[in-house]
Amino acid sequence: MDKILLAHGGGGSKSSELTRNVFQRFLRDPLLMEMDDAARLPGQVFTTDSFVVKPLFFPGGDIGRLAVCGTINDLAVMGAEPLYLSIAFIIEEGFPVAQLEKILVSIAKACRESGVRIVCADTKVVERGKADGIFITTAGIGRPLFKKPVLPARVRPGDAILLNGPLGLHGVSVLTARGEFGLTGKIKSDVAPLWGLIKKCRHLDIPFMRDPTRGGLAQTLNELVYKKKFGARILEDKLPIPKKVAAVCDILGFDPLHIANEGKVVMVAARRDADKALKILRGQPLGKGTRLIGEITAENPGRVTMATRAGSERIIMPPVGEILPRIC
Amino acid sequence: MCLAVPMKVIEINGDMAVVESSGLSRKVGIMLLDKVKLNDWVLIHAGFAISKLTKKQARETLAIFEEGRFFG
Amino acid sequence: MAEATTLSRLAERLKNFPVSGNVKIMEVCGTHTVAIRRFGLQHLLPAGVRLVSGPGCPVCVTPDSYIDEAVALARQGVVITSFGDMLRVPGSSSSLEKERAAGADIRAVYSPLDALKIAVDCGRETVFLAVGFETTAPVIAAVAMKTLEKKIANFSLLTALRLVPPALKALTALGSAAASSRGIASDIRLSGFLLPGHVSAIIGKQAYDFLPEQRLPGVISGFSAADIITSLLLLLEMHNKGIYRIMNNYPRVVRDSGNEKSRAILAEVFEPVDAEWRGLGFIANSGLDLKPAYAALDSRHRFVIKTASASPRTDCRCGDVLRGLIDPPACPLFNKVCRPDQPLGPCMVSAEGSCSAWVTYG
Repeated sequence: MDKILLAHGGGGSKSSELTRNVFQRFLRDPLLMEMDDAARLPGQVFTTDSFVVKPLFFPGGDIGRLAVCGTINDLAVMGAEPLYLSIAFIIEEGFPVAQLEKILVSIAKACRESGVRIVCADTKVVERGKADGIFITTAGIGRPLFKKPVLPARVRPGDAILLNGPLGLHGVSVLTARGEFGLTGKIKSDVAPLWGLIKKCRHLDIPFMRDPTRGGLAQTLNELVYKKKFGARILEDKLPIPKKVAAVCDILGFDPLHIANEGKVVMVAARRDADKALKILRGQPLGKGTRLIGEITAENPGRVTMATRAGSERIIMPPVGEILPRIC
Repeated sequence: MCLAVPMKVIEINGDMAVVESSGLSRKVGIMLLDKVKLNDWVLIHAGFAISKLTKKQARETLAIFEEGRFFG
Repeated sequence: MAEATTLSRLAERLKNFPVSGNVKIMEVCGTHTVAIRRFGLQHLLPAGVRLVSGPGCPVCVTPDSYIDEAVALARQGVVITSFGDMLRVPGSSSSLEKERAAGADIRAVYSPLDALKIAVDCGRETVFLAVGFETTAPVIAAVAMKTLEKKIANFSLLTALRLVPPALKALTALGSAAASSRGIASDIRLSGFLLPGHVSAIIGKQAYDFLPEQRLPGVISGFSAADIITSLLLLLEMHNKGIYRIMNNYPRVVRDSGNEKSRAILAEVFEPVDAEWRGLGFIANSGLDLKPAYAALDSRHRFVIKTASASPRTDCRCGDVLRGLIDPPACPLFNKVCRPDQPLGPCMVSAEGSCSAWVTYG
């Protein structure tokens, strides 16, 4: 490949290709090569993320809230309590200060809600037209608090796959807020900080967690099983897909399993702790809709399969590239 | 490219209409159909209504099959 | 809940349906291709029944030369608007997605009306890639009429519209002749067709009358799992009983007479022309060109489009896949060199292509 394509940012298999074929040829630190949501340092977990969502303000949130929650969630799914964030802004010349203030109010609120502290920050301004309004980059530090390490190597056939609620809301919210493809409709993004929910399971045996952002559930599950000796099998009739998400997907021909979520966690729990985890999550506000959506299997290693409503089995592939223009 | 979905007509403006489904709405062209009325359900393809939906069910209800009498 | 039970009972019925002899049913709608694989319906077929995909994806049947034309226009600085499906299709040397990365102005739209709006808003010469079957052609015709009505001077159409019935005729006439000439076993004789639901909403039932004349049944089908299963059951029953008819199993959307107004608008703007189909070659009167009154909207008249002639990949077997002669895995390039993330042929790049559906859904 000689040029970066928008598809390389889509979070799907083209993104993985860029990582493996370009970035990993030069940045080869063993910690980085694990390709987790965050790096496991001695006594700490460390992550970074960047946010380029358009539009900046959408039902349920904005780029500021997205930045704080997204970073918190990258730490939370590693079983770590988010403690400190850094935040850097790249702002376009001409950007209204009133909008910047709105974003900062939202950032401060999200931090207060979750108990994280922003302890360092930076700002740059670029010429008009070079930054889509504003871009935000973050880094985050957390403290591992899960009794048993959240480590994909500990995943075993028979483990249960849990999901805390409806799929596709963020991606569809942003798409309709943009009036993309002429579709309008108020759909609330699910953007939310998940540590408060996730920490309630820290005494259980949870080998794996991830938040299914760009690329959706399909990407997340495929990343989990990639080159492993186990597979994942989900049940179509257990997948919670809201009517509005299904409607958008029907009209535009998208797969709801490829759409980004910003307030969801896929949790793989050891079989013996699955029922406990389900009960605990369901007792929390952000986990009311938690479902057991499938399990880890010895069959079909390296693949994600789904039992369809029509009674047959099919494979779930990761999305290839661009499904929506940048949403995160 | 046979992707088309049923949506309900909630507003008519000449040869354009606003259609809605599950809280999503879009402006579409209705010049490919005769006599589109408010509250009609129409099939939307590439930004146009191409067919009106009827309540007529296909002859595929399970009962007919179980009767086994689908060719008289 | 009730729906799930009905569905599983229909599935059971299909799985256990007694069939006389070997049956090969062809579906000719990309949306059916995807639906069948998405619901895993190929696993519900009773013994002796095979389902093959035909040329039902307008992107897949468009020859390389069309992408080359679009690429040439993009390089001339024209704004290219297109359905998303076309962006990743490889031409002889490039694709629209690659041209966009190189700086060309290429935009995916959901409707050609949005493309017209882009032309009005940006003021620059804008071309819409008018690709599709009879479901989409009237939509494009309507937009063509609007363009002239509003006297918009900077919008034109690069057409590659195709018609389904002439292709079906070619497939049935081909039958064993084409197959044996390529050394392929001549058991490809088809037993019936699953007909495209939304194309049929426009052209109606009578458009397929030539099929029963060749002792071929056809069922116009919707796109849900239940729709497709019941349509397959109807086809198999007709096969067993030696009944050759066209049945409308989608009456909630398809009127037997189709959509006359759409056909009238189509006839106002377009006329049939011989056209090239990837894999099927030239088929008489199987495409649509703009009528003289609308020739001003023809991108091929408005621009000089020079494309370098290139020899097509000889090992790409999209053509055979499109004719239902082979299943995707029989192509030597399938999922090795030609994959969804690096497609070589249109059957892999289109979301509705057989090869893509096969890889994506298993």
